[in-house]
Amino acid sequence: MSLKLKIAIASGKGGTGKTFIATNLFNVLQKMGKQVNLVDCDAEEPNDREFISGDYMHSFDVTQKIPVVDESKCTYCGKCYDYCNYHAIFFLSEQRVIQVLDEHCHGCGACSVACEYGAITDKDDVLGTVTRYKVQQNTHLIETRIKVGVHSSVPVIKEGIKAAMDAELVLLDAPPGTSCAFIQTVAMADYVVLVTEPTPFGLSNLRQSVETLRSLGKPHGVIVNRIGLGNNEVFDYLKNENISLLMSVPFDRSIAKIYSNGQLLTNASDEWTMKFTQLFDNIFEKHGNSSY
Amino acid sequence: MEIAVISGKGGTGKSSVSAAFATLKPEVVLVDCDVDAANLYLLFNPTHEKEEIFISGFKAVINKDVCTNCDLCVDYCRFDAITNVNGEVVINEIVCDGCKLCSRICPLEAISMIPEDKSRMYSGTFRNGKMVYGLLSPGEENSGQLVDMVREEAKKVAQKNNLDTIIIDGPPGIGCAVISTITGVDKVVIVTEPTLSGLHDLKRTIEIVSKFNLTKMVIINKYDLNVDMSKTIENYCISEGVPVIAKLPFDKIVVDAMVSCKSIIEYAPDSEIAALLTDAFAKTVS
Repeated sequence: MSLKLKIAIASGKGGTGKTFIATNLFNVLQKMGKQVNLVDCDAEEPNDREFISGDYMHSFDVTQKIPVVDESKCTYCGKCYDYCNYHAIFFLSEQRVIQVLDEHCHGCGACSVACEYGAITDKDDVLGTVTRYKVQQNTHLIETRIKVGVHSSVPVIKEGIKAAMDAELVLLDAPPGTSCAFIQTVAMADYVVLVTEPTPFGLSNLRQSVETLRSLGKPHGVIVNRIGLGNNEVFDYLKNENISLLMSVPFDRSIAKIYSNGQLLTNASDEWTMKFTQLFDNIFEKHGNSSY
Repeated sequence: MEIAVISGKGGTGKSSVSAAFATLKPEVVLVDCDVDAANLYLLFNPTHEKEEIFISGFKAVINKDVCTNCDLCVDYCRFDAITNVNGEVVINEIVCDGCKLCSRICPLEAISMIPEDKSRMYSGTFRNGKMVYGLLSPGEENSGQLVDMVREEAKKVAQKNNLDTIIIDGPPGIGCAVISTITGVDKVVIVTEPTLSGLHDLKRTIEIVSKFNLTKMVIINKYDLNVDMSKTIENYCISEGVPVIAKLPFDKIVVDAMVSCKSIIEYAPDSEIAALLTDAFAKTVS
């Protein structure tokens, strides 16, 4: 079995409907009997599991190496402090104080290279966990979740995506924004679905996402959610920029209600099951079978 | 007084609430700490009296003329950003964390560190006071440090202009940037929505804010989209001892206000939502 397509579902602005699209697309694909894994890459606030129920299979911690200073060997020379690019070593030379600030450490190992006295060793520090749930035969939900206060969700997201590569289709529910965590997620995808809403905020963040994806050379299309609210500017933008409009979802209190209760629209509506199926078919036709 | 408006989940209405709060009394300092997706400047179109570069990090770049492909840097890099592809050492710019270790250990000094300098902090004036915000360039990291820089500037501006109210619009999530946003503020207003995701994220957010021992309160936005879920959220807040200071109904005029580049207070001062937010602001500052 070879991997056929990895699709990331992303948006610059939070709350536009990434999770709504990702979970419903997953649901439709698994009902079609596809071998599909969904990765919740929003490691700060993972929510996919509220919509997709599955049986717990296993989980593992994602760790990084952080330094431990042996003060009996330390000469308080300050070289590790100079080498650290993340302000993760608190050092007062005259008072002979040295302390590692774990939450600032990126685990690069520069300090231990710097130390000429063998005073720095490593220990494992937990950044977060990756948990795998079995949804159906051959379909899984993989959740990434960071520990509160860690500097970056990227290592946890990367491990989560790696763990999902055993299916023919992989959906990545990306973290909001266009920062590092977003880039790391979309970098692993063959195709990116951007979800936006027809408001000035939505459009501004969409432009930023599109520019970023263009610089990465990632093929992408757009879903506009909650049309009927806001204005039409986003449609003009898509037309002028020649970006494909993959789907429009109207603002509808009944859709909002289904979502708010943690339910899936595609379990409640045949019409929407059809639309999500078409959405996938359209993407697969153009971008499927690509190897990355 | 510094008031931070945050929400675990994105899109619950943080910025609409911040914009309302920023126009409820004359002369405030408005701060946009959602540096990854700053939006309030679109609404208030501030002048820029000051622009500062934020160096978010560094990227390693290899000088091919000097490199002998000895692979020493490949061994040292803990981010797997450097690989040997067919005998040639290559640095993956996306994966590089900017730690500088490779440039330090290269015996031929073939690696240099290029600063990432596309992110900005702006400080200026808007129609109801002063405004400070940050724009993190796509793909850049360390948003927490940019938030620190923005808040530092906001405090200076407040002092210089003798303004006593700082309204901070925060980022979504529970990461570094959120912690930088709420550290040391006087009040935290958490905006949520009546969805299962909203409730889930609210719990994680309250957990974080509690760690910092800050005074917190909750606004349930669009509460009538799911009255039962709103009730569940309200009961949860009561059990946690967190006051719910407003329940705002869903109303299209909130989006209309945004489209018109106005806060709801400016756009529809006589609306029910404006009245509820006026009351919520009074409760926040009291």
